[in-house]
Amino acid sequence: MLIEIRWHGRGGQGVWTASNIVATAAAYGGKYAQSFPAFGPERSGAPVLSFTRISDEPIEVHSMVYNPDILVILDYTLLSPRIVEGLKPEGVIVTNYTGDVNSVLERLGIKRGDYRVLLVPASKLALEILRIRATNTAMIGGLLKLGYVVKFEDVKKAIMERFTGPVAEKNTVLVERAMSETIEV
Amino acid sequence: MTTLKLTPKYPREKQTIMMFNGDEAVAYAVKQCYVDVVAAYPITPQTIIVEKFSEFVANGEVHTEFIHVESEHSAMSACIGAAATGARAFTSTCSQGLALMVETLYIASGLRLPIVMAVTNRALSAPINIHGDHSDAYLMRDAGWVMLFVENVQEAYDTTIQAFKIAEHPEVQLPVSVHLDGFFLSHTMENLHVLPDEAIYEFLGGPRKPVKVKVDYYDEEVEYTLNPARPLSVGMLAFYDYYFEIKTQQVEAFKHAERVITEVNEEWYKLTGRKYGDGLVDPYAMSDAEIAIVVMGSSTGTIRNIVKKFRERGVKIGVLRIRSYRPFPRRRVAELLKDVKLVAVLDRAASPGTLGALYSDIISSLYTLKERPLVVNYIYGLGGRDLSPQLVHRLIEELREDLRRGFIPEERLQRYLGVRE
Repeated sequence: MLIEIRWHGRGGQGVWTASNIVATAAAYGGKYAQSFPAFGPERSGAPVLSFTRISDEPIEVHSMVYNPDILVILDYTLLSPRIVEGLKPEGVIVTNYTGDVNSVLERLGIKRGDYRVLLVPASKLALEILRIRATNTAMIGGLLKLGYVVKFEDVKKAIMERFTGPVAEKNTVLVERAMSETIEV
Repeated sequence: MTTLKLTPKYPREKQTIMMFNGDEAVAYAVKQCYVDVVAAYPITPQTIIVEKFSEFVANGEVHTEFIHVESEHSAMSACIGAAATGARAFTSTCSQGLALMVETLYIASGLRLPIVMAVTNRALSAPINIHGDHSDAYLMRDAGWVMLFVENVQEAYDTTIQAFKIAEHPEVQLPVSVHLDGFFLSHTMENLHVLPDEAIYEFLGGPRKPVKVKVDYYDEEVEYTLNPARPLSVGMLAFYDYYFEIKTQQVEAFKHAERVITEVNEEWYKLTGRKYGDGLVDPYAMSDAEIAIVVMGSSTGTIRNIVKKFRERGVKIGVLRIRSYRPFPRRRVAELLKDVKLVAVLDRAASPGTLGALYSDIISSLYTLKERPLVVNYIYGLGGRDLSPQLVHRLIEELREDLRRGFIPEERLQRYLGVRE
């Protein structure tokens, strides 16, 4: 099985790092994985993309992901109908959002039931636990809610490797909290 | 990549899986290659190689002297100086950095110094662009370097190690560049199988062993190295008296390089269970192919993936990846393409005023055949423009149409793939 994920965020939010952590976790789980960014001009705040492929077979494709199975949106100001482009009909949208569900659907230009939509209170939890607005690891928590992408233990291992000391600890707590507080609409 | 039939010395379970991007894979390979000197100047998308390697130096994980230079011209000059003393030297650059380095590239090859360089292929300015295409590689085409193009992160690691072995082979003694597509490989993380340090040490036979040469003023053969205790002149003046002979020796060395690349590929296979075609070319589904797509670098997998789908539908199509761009394996290319009806050559750089550079090499490889296939040229992916699976689909449909028609009109000989009207 091949799972393709497209990550949307803004420069500086750790979009590429999140994608790398998920790919690393997938490898710990015995899968083949690929993670790469699509850089525009490298400036903080500009919309950026990252891609993750996870497969049971070696991955030979080196193009961007055009028809993702899963969209992960780190920054809710990016919500728009354009962001949904290419998402497979049975695809899933995992977005950072706290508040009214209908406004998310409206901003995405979709109806309830068009796609599976998961809301992750990522900004709220990141501010509470990390004291900064780094939503990337929280969004991995939201992704974990799906159950079939990667395992929490493998994500934890990847985070412990990527970060050190209290930062690693706090991010692990954040992932776990985000996983439990993610809701499907 | 071909999978194993024999039991390699270090089977997969004896290799460690790392999640590395192409740059990190190259840096890690260099770490294992017992390199004496690294001189480099950072440039996107090569930067991670230099960053990562300087971490190894700072942590004391390598004995390497890291020279922080002020330009790429100096980086290659420092490598030349180091290699001339017998050191194993490495650098890495791309694009504008490689352009600035060009003058010294010819000196490295002319002095027959086995320097290894990783080039994270990137477009040339203007307009300014940091993304992957092969413009910079074509810029150094005739600089006398062995040029190897890789398809994925694993091959970037494997080839960097192989490059030292090829470069330092007594019958080669040429600098080698390893080309990985900027961002498409340099910044793409993939599962990487890494060998233990001792395996690489053994594969390379320890530190570099400079060749011995005969010079007029010593009775015995001496090492071709600068050594104050045993003075030797390197880089002498040679006019119409000797220049020609020295240059033809370089040309002849490329014939040895062609053989050595295949030998090293085989040796690597026995060591790791991995090989890349015969080392020079990496064909896929070519035995009965009517249509062949010739390509280099990271797009190969994307094309092969779609070709597999057409194969399932019974379309006789194959892919020929050129791994060794210099030396250009023209006999192998002719052998593999002789029964094909239509060949599409994909160039990830333009040669304004003429057809693509890879196209020209393919055409000259086929010219001696009695019956020649139709050959078309596609320019694609400039400035990092993505080659999407959809685009490959369109390409193959177009080629099937050409094959049905049976001829290529002159104005359709060169086409752009994926450009907006």
